[in-house]
Amino acid sequence: MMHMADALISPAVGGTMMAATAGLAAYSIKKVQNDLDDQKIPFMGVMGAFVFASQMINFAIPATGSSGHLGGGMLLAILLGPYAGFLTMASILLIQALFFGDGGLLAYGCNVFNLGFCTCFVAYPLIYKWITRKGLTSRKIFGASMVSAILGLQMGAFSVVLETLCSGKTELPFDTFVLLMQPIHLAIGIVEGLITAAVVTFVWKARPEILERAAVGKTLGGISMKKVLAGILAAAIVMGGFVSWFASSNPDGLEWSLERTAGTAELKASGGVHDLLANVQSKTAFLPDYNFKTATEDETNRYAGTSVSGIAGGALTLGLAGLTGWMIRVFKKKKAKIAP
Amino acid sequence: MPKIADSIYNIRLLDDLARKNTAIHRLHPVSKLLATIVYVIAVVSFHRYEIVGLLPFVFYPLVLILLAELPVMPILKRLLWVEPLIIGIGILNPLFDPKGWITFASIMIKSGLTVTACLVLVSTTGLDKIAQALRTLKVPSLFVLQLLLTFRYLAVLIEELARMARAYTLRAPRQRGVRLKDGGPFVGQLLLRAFDRAQRVYEAMKLRGFHGEYHAYGKSKMTRKDILFLLAWSLFFMTARILNIPALFGLLFEGGSRG
Amino acid sequence: MSRCEIEASHLFYSYPDGHEAIKDISFTISRGESVGIIGANGSGKTTLLFLMMGILFPDRGEVKVGDVPVTKKTLATIRRRLGMVFQDPDDQLFMTTVFDDVAFGPRNFHLDENEVKTRVEEALEMVGIPHLKDRALYKISGGEKRAAAIASVLSMKPDVLLMDEPTSGLDPKARRQLMNVLKGFRHTKVITSHDLDMVLETCDRVIVLKDVENGVKIPNITG
Repeated sequence: MMHMADALISPAVGGTMMAATAGLAAYSIKKVQNDLDDQKIPFMGVMGAFVFASQMINFAIPATGSSGHLGGGMLLAILLGPYAGFLTMASILLIQALFFGDGGLLAYGCNVFNLGFCTCFVAYPLIYKWITRKGLTSRKIFGASMVSAILGLQMGAFSVVLETLCSGKTELPFDTFVLLMQPIHLAIGIVEGLITAAVVTFVWKARPEILERAAVGKTLGGISMKKVLAGILAAAIVMGGFVSWFASSNPDGLEWSLERTAGTAELKASGGVHDLLANVQSKTAFLPDYNFKTATEDETNRYAGTSVSGIAGGALTLGLAGLTGWMIRVFKKKKAKIAP
Repeated sequence: MPKIADSIYNIRLLDDLARKNTAIHRLHPVSKLLATIVYVIAVVSFHRYEIVGLLPFVFYPLVLILLAELPVMPILKRLLWVEPLIIGIGILNPLFDPKGWITFASIMIKSGLTVTACLVLVSTTGLDKIAQALRTLKVPSLFVLQLLLTFRYLAVLIEELARMARAYTLRAPRQRGVRLKDGGPFVGQLLLRAFDRAQRVYEAMKLRGFHGEYHAYGKSKMTRKDILFLLAWSLFFMTARILNIPALFGLLFEGGSRG
Repeated sequence: MSRCEIEASHLFYSYPDGHEAIKDISFTISRGESVGIIGANGSGKTTLLFLMMGILFPDRGEVKVGDVPVTKKTLATIRRRLGMVFQDPDDQLFMTTVFDDVAFGPRNFHLDENEVKTRVEEALEMVGIPHLKDRALYKISGGEKRAAAIASVLSMKPDVLLMDEPTSGLDPKARRQLMNVLKGFRHTKVITSHDLDMVLETCDRVIVLKDVENGVKIPNITG
């Protein structure tokens, strides 16, 4: 699945997304607590387990011979409401991160954002709720599920692209990355939409009160449009800051794609922000280091271990590690002999 | 659908390992959690061409695996199955950069290190204690309780799913997976059963006095050992990050051979 | 004269879909009595237990525990005196370890942790599984889960135990163990079951749910 991994992000991006996720989670927790229905907790737990389990089901896609899987974000939002759904998605992802190494600890914030926020707080209220605002019918469920799943996943995939680019751990230029991610996730989104639609329709026919209860627990049809728009605007500003910061130190990739779309004049206009951010970046050790153009060939070879000293240093380190490991084992065996 | 059985097996294995009693297991969960986080941040903050500088970071998982007597095979096996996203992105690097292979290798190493650190954390701590650590770090009890419930019912639901899947495949032997057409009722049935169970669990909780807040997870204080563990390793990680130890060794080597 | 522990008068209850489950049922249960409730599937046994616990409320009639009527306002008091063991232990054992589950009730009473520990150990001792204290719940057998579920209720020190089909799904050995445990309890017990032999052995009296209004008294079987 499209889990972000630790290896692809930088501490700055990871940290920011973690903060954003933590904020959203705190807000959601408040909302769930205020919603006097304290039934939510066991439901969140069991539904979380249910979605986790469902993610393992292999759905045979007709005519392609390949299989698809359920993500579950939309389903959770529909069954539990956006706040509880978001928190449930967060705990599923935490268990996956810890027990399977799917997505890492640092990338956890990114994953919750990509798979939770985009579905529960954007696709669900803006698309699903809107399409079904006048009541449920088979057609509306199908349409709403499909569109919200597809768009939710597109948004999530795009976030992955931005997060990876801002981290600078890979060479991929923006447009190639996008061309790679979006179509794949379109296919995934379609499968997700179909499954979600099928399940919701089944539940609606078999036990409609489940859906009704989920719908009732919300205030005024979900989240107010104003709040959502404000949130999107804030996110856009943050994203904009990141993109320009990224552009300031790796002009080639992003500028190249931006030039093709908007023309160089755009970049020059935001010079002030660039310089400030570039200054900050050069002073902090933990931010991604893009300045390879200036690193000497020598230095790069040493980092990459392609020079003699690099190889020697690396070998020595690994040798020390092996020695340490061997010593620990000997020590342990001795201890075991003394105290059986 | 073999993935189902594997997942349960994997979770149970890690959970079992977490109940062992070694010095590492006895460390306070907060110090292990924070140490792992510092580790990941340090590893991940290396730039994209770094390979050699990452090598000292092998020490942490190595030492912990040995001291905690963790089996190496399951971890290695897990490392072999790498996130498709990483491979996909990694493989494309050489196309855009003559030094792209280095980036690919760097990503792979970082991935291996961080995933191992995570698995080591779980197999020496377990979800219960991690939940404890989260509470100590002020994560609200609503989230933590719900996390534990999800984990608890994972096994139950996966077992139900396995039974349904077995029944399904026995009657559809030539199919691989569930047909989309059947997906609705298949998943739907599981959902309804889960839903009813949630209802009963809720009642069981109410009957034993639950009203939304649950505070006691058994707190324990951090001892000097725990704090020392965290500080010592964090210091090592920072030093290894800033100094690039193998490169220094290499320089010595260079210097020595010239003299 | 034994004190009346539970008194049900003229209970009526229908499910949301209209099906009438309980039709004018009245009975009294004295302190210390063991009463079995038997009847076909769907005859309303579980519903009757739910009415006693206040999970459901009757359409007509009333349940009194001691002298306290079961209403929304008195639920907290009622649930301190009555403990219910569900049919499926997995519904009741929702924490991750046996200890944490048995401790759940006492902790909700805000007892201090030492008191909680004592209660847990006592409860586990009573059902015969003290060695499972720190075990993960997914690792214990059906019979052990049953015992743990009972312990999780015992730790709250109720006066009355309501049990829904306690021997269902148990192998002969586990069943025998459970029956011995039940015979040793001095609580007032209300047990629903299909297992007539078990009911005969452990209960003083039986209520049969059919289309009958009142309980039928079966004399004590000794020996």
